[in-house]
Amino acid sequence: MNRIFVAGIGAVSPAGWNVAVLRNALEKNDPLPLQTLPRPGWEKSLRARLVPNPATRPEFLAHPRLRRTSPITHYAAAAALEAVAALRANPTAKNSRLGIVVCLQSGCVQYSCRFYDETLKNPATASPLVFPETVYAAPASHVAALLENVVLAYSLVGDPSALLQGVSLGAQWLEENRVDACLVIGAEETNWITADALRILNRPAIAAAGAGALCLCREPKLSAGVELAAITDAHTYCERLDRTQAAQVMRNQLGKCSSHELLCDGIGNSPRADAAERAAWRDWTGPRVSPKMILGEGLMAAAAWQCVAACDAVAEKRFTAASVSLVGSNQQTIGARFVRADFDLSAAAPTGNIRP
Amino acid sequence: MLFPASTTPQATPRVVITGAGIVTALGIGWKPNAEGFRAGRRAFRPVSLFDVSRQRVKIAAEVDLPKNFPTTRLNRRQFARLDRAGKILVLAALEAWRQAGWEAAENLPLVLGTTAGGMLLGEAYYRQAVQQPSRQRQQATRAVYYQPQVQTRVLLDALGSSGPITIISNACASGANAIGHAWDLIRSGQTERVIAGGYDALGELVFSGFDSLQALSPTICRPFDARRDGLALGEGAAVVNLETLESARRRGVEILGELIGYGTAIDQHHLTQPHPQGNTTLTVMKQACAVAGVAPEDIGYINAHGTGTVLNDSSEAFAISEWAGLRAATLPVSSTKASIGHLLGGAGAVEAVVCLMTLREQWLPPEIEFETPDPACKFPIVQKPQDARVNVVLSNSFGFGGVNAALIFRRWA
Repeated sequence: MNRIFVAGIGAVSPAGWNVAVLRNALEKNDPLPLQTLPRPGWEKSLRARLVPNPATRPEFLAHPRLRRTSPITHYAAAAALEAVAALRANPTAKNSRLGIVVCLQSGCVQYSCRFYDETLKNPATASPLVFPETVYAAPASHVAALLENVVLAYSLVGDPSALLQGVSLGAQWLEENRVDACLVIGAEETNWITADALRILNRPAIAAAGAGALCLCREPKLSAGVELAAITDAHTYCERLDRTQAAQVMRNQLGKCSSHELLCDGIGNSPRADAAERAAWRDWTGPRVSPKMILGEGLMAAAAWQCVAACDAVAEKRFTAASVSLVGSNQQTIGARFVRADFDLSAAAPTGNIRP
Repeated sequence: MLFPASTTPQATPRVVITGAGIVTALGIGWKPNAEGFRAGRRAFRPVSLFDVSRQRVKIAAEVDLPKNFPTTRLNRRQFARLDRAGKILVLAALEAWRQAGWEAAENLPLVLGTTAGGMLLGEAYYRQAVQQPSRQRQQATRAVYYQPQVQTRVLLDALGSSGPITIISNACASGANAIGHAWDLIRSGQTERVIAGGYDALGELVFSGFDSLQALSPTICRPFDARRDGLALGEGAAVVNLETLESARRRGVEILGELIGYGTAIDQHHLTQPHPQGNTTLTVMKQACAVAGVAPEDIGYINAHGTGTVLNDSSEAFAISEWAGLRAATLPVSSTKASIGHLLGGAGAVEAVVCLMTLREQWLPPEIEFETPDPACKFPIVQKPQDARVNVVLSNSFGFGGVNAALIFRRWA
């Protein structure tokens, strides 16, 4: 069994285009301002938290493969580049074989809507340039082309908990020596249809967009000071296990985390949607951060922000360990724990569920 | 725990298939599909599911869903919420489940590939939102059941089971990747058995997309033919029940075949075009052979990705010819997309089941409209129905975005 470390993290969010601005926004703990999204046929607009335009056009957008891509690819690429920056700067690791796991829930909605709209109006003039960008696999493909030395890439679809399935898959590829490092990216873009669906399913939630990325590695020397300690089982919702029960099982499986550790939860501002997660962590007295409260409901991107916030808190030595709680909307619940790379794991496993 | 993995097998287990379900335009179930593929029957007809009057191409391979569905544990309401793709998936999975003789279980992993999931519901949501903006009826259900993980949860409910769900969406390689990933899960000791497969239904957006790219054939889909002019779309699903050989023997069940090799990699050449010399295809075929411990001389048949597009088939032909070397001259190859069209996320899984058919029943599926080989083909295309002695077969799958996958199956005798 290899140890798995985090070599770097990256983020794009309504707070901006890097981890530092995400950190600042979470530290300020003030919900970011809302923008409006016009909805066809409605006078009243929908609300959303959008990614601000970058101060300068990112250089990577000059890459031929990224010219016509949709925002989700821009977010995924920016987060990926930030997460691999340290790895690429290291002479011994810059040619590492990379794996990529891109996790999505709603995926490439902007071009999908645009292309379907063109189809309904007149399929004869629907743009062939737009259609390929509608597939779930497009962001992974573009990021792979941008980074060049990618040997393996999967796109996973699911509710936000699938982000940790992606981390688990990356860890598996590393353990099996199929790759030297693996980027796990959660990304979403938003538009009126996502915001509309969210309004119907979870009215208080504010649609948001962006991406988060973790770069996993095997080599302690490449670590940013963070180690992946545990990912719980995937507790899938079914007749015998509802969302509340699944969240509790995940919490139990994570073990009795110290109250000096950080909890990065997925609680937003939706009493009904948050109830299961609130119940699972009701006795948590330690510090916690809730990125969705500040940034909005970014679906898979929000799950990635939670993981990035956890790793950042450990990497910046603000905490020795941080747990991530992903209580998915309609699939499953999964939790994870990241610790300082020099942390004594045996001392942090009171229930025996964490690696002895 | 997903990490660290709880068990590491002392020896890598062998993985066999004990259940296979298939739904295509040739029919529902193994028998009609085997008869159709064996004869090289073509299942295309004018599209009836949506308006194609303004499209360049007007045919596809549609599935005829039965009027009466087999009984499952789903109630009428649950079943009604599934779209066409979900129903096709459930049909395929039920056949595989019954054949394998599995019983309802908890913690049963399910790995599926799809490109569109419940896109038909997404299309309906969009149309209503735009055309009747103030009408909300059914929109909540559409927004939920459009998501592939929800369709997949319904499938587990239909089987009375539960377990971790993984949805792989590597475009048209998804089905093969799902089966390959399931194989990885068993071999790494994370589980003893997995349900895996792929599915997709025909939809207006995707049909229009391929038509806009002028990737659809306005004539006949003829993979590897020098006169080929595009692909044809189809719909369908296939599901296989994978388990360790030890588990299958313990249960004393019939084994349909053994999955012995899997390779996957990404081609960074272009979003929609493969590398002209098929470099990544060559890589994944070599990977799969290395893991399987077989050489091109051992392969008795290749079920090619063979979409019928100019670029795909020449790239794949280069790769197969290069990989096979001298063996190419006698290595039978065909693409069953000539019979049922391109099933996108379902293709790799359906073609895996076709491989099991060839191994079980000892025949090769022909392309009966094939006439003139592309010069890049150094191998013979199966053109007529024929019996054959095959022990090991390879299936290729490639997707938009560049993911390539190869699976190798061995006859169980």
